[in-house]
Amino acid sequence: MADDVKALSAELAQDPDSLVFLRLGELLRHKGHLDAAHRVALTGLERHPHLADAHDLYARILADKHDFERAFDEWDMTLRIAPDHLGALKGLAFLYFKVGDVQQAAAHLEAAQRVAPDDTGIAQALALAHGGEGGAGPASPAPEPLAPSPAAQPLEEARVFAGLEGAEEGLLLLDPSGRVLGGALKDPAGRDVADAVAAYLAGVSQEAGRTAKLLGLGTWTGLAAEGQHGHVHLTPPTGSALLLVVRGRAVPMGRLAIIAQRAAVAARRWLEAQA
Amino acid sequence: MTAAPAGYGRVLDLVTRVRGVRGAMLVAGDDGLVVAEQLMEGIKGPAVAALAASLASRLRRAMEAAGLGAGQFWHLQAEQGALLVVPAPSGVVVVAVAESDVNVGLVRLELLRAAEAVG
Repeated sequence: MADDVKALSAELAQDPDSLVFLRLGELLRHKGHLDAAHRVALTGLERHPHLADAHDLYARILADKHDFERAFDEWDMTLRIAPDHLGALKGLAFLYFKVGDVQQAAAHLEAAQRVAPDDTGIAQALALAHGGEGGAGPASPAPEPLAPSPAAQPLEEARVFAGLEGAEEGLLLLDPSGRVLGGALKDPAGRDVADAVAAYLAGVSQEAGRTAKLLGLGTWTGLAAEGQHGHVHLTPPTGSALLLVVRGRAVPMGRLAIIAQRAAVAARRWLEAQA
Repeated sequence: MTAAPAGYGRVLDLVTRVRGVRGAMLVAGDDGLVVAEQLMEGIKGPAVAALAASLASRLRRAMEAAGLGAGQFWHLQAEQGALLVVPAPSGVVVVAVAESDVNVGLVRLELLRAAEAVG
């Protein structure tokens, strides 16, 4: 296989505009050389930004690296370019499944089944999404060989943000009194700071609401803050709860807002399930 | 707009000249009192200042507890506008009230410049 990598690399070096980067990237991904695959896919995307397969390849590499948010963006882009792209439909179904949005997962699987009606893997995943027997186990809706991970289960009640990036260290759901409802928060040294931060944020939701009302700005939708060592984004997933997303300074504020929107969907679903 | 005391006017001008900004204030961070303001009619400066200072204080403590260091900029987003705040080294906070379609990046830069000028 190393020879294959060498041969494909040589072919790509000879003709950098060639689509051989798709095969090379996929091969490297299969071998687990994710950083190398990442570089190949990115270089290919720079030369072929409107190629759906290039975005799909990049998404699969990102998913293998557990960068699910960016993988979502790439598969979303793939579908904008090619609405019937099977890999993207299966990939997005996989990601929706991971965050517990079984309805969206099923919708994408159904679309994938329309494209590939004979794909037994899709049928099995659909059966699982619909609560039926999935045969020998949960077939991953994501493109092979994206193996089903233990986290690829419908949202567990005890884990609000199961499957979301940063769920174990940078996502926190609070009640109006500053009590932790779910998620986890660690400081850069790895210490658990969830309770302390939650206590300081008690009442912030109401105060933000009052401020917005006083200014005639309508309902508040988010509160973003830049710190010396990281950024935070607060959002009210429901009227009274508060969702906190924390990331390092390398994550731009705009991207943080997108992460927060996605986490808010999971939080709302979890809160509704508790009601 | 209501006038700011002499000396602070130019600092607030940095912020209010940005299109979409409805007003700007300098607020004492520890007690939430207005130091200077340039606000459009109808904005209740003292009340907004008190709430902005309180929010800034809560956020500062929460961010320090999270190990994120001192807050440098925060942005309250609402359906029909936004409140943007930058703390100055002296403890004064520079506050802008803006329309929802304002260029947030530009306001942020001007708030940072204003905070530097306030010291």
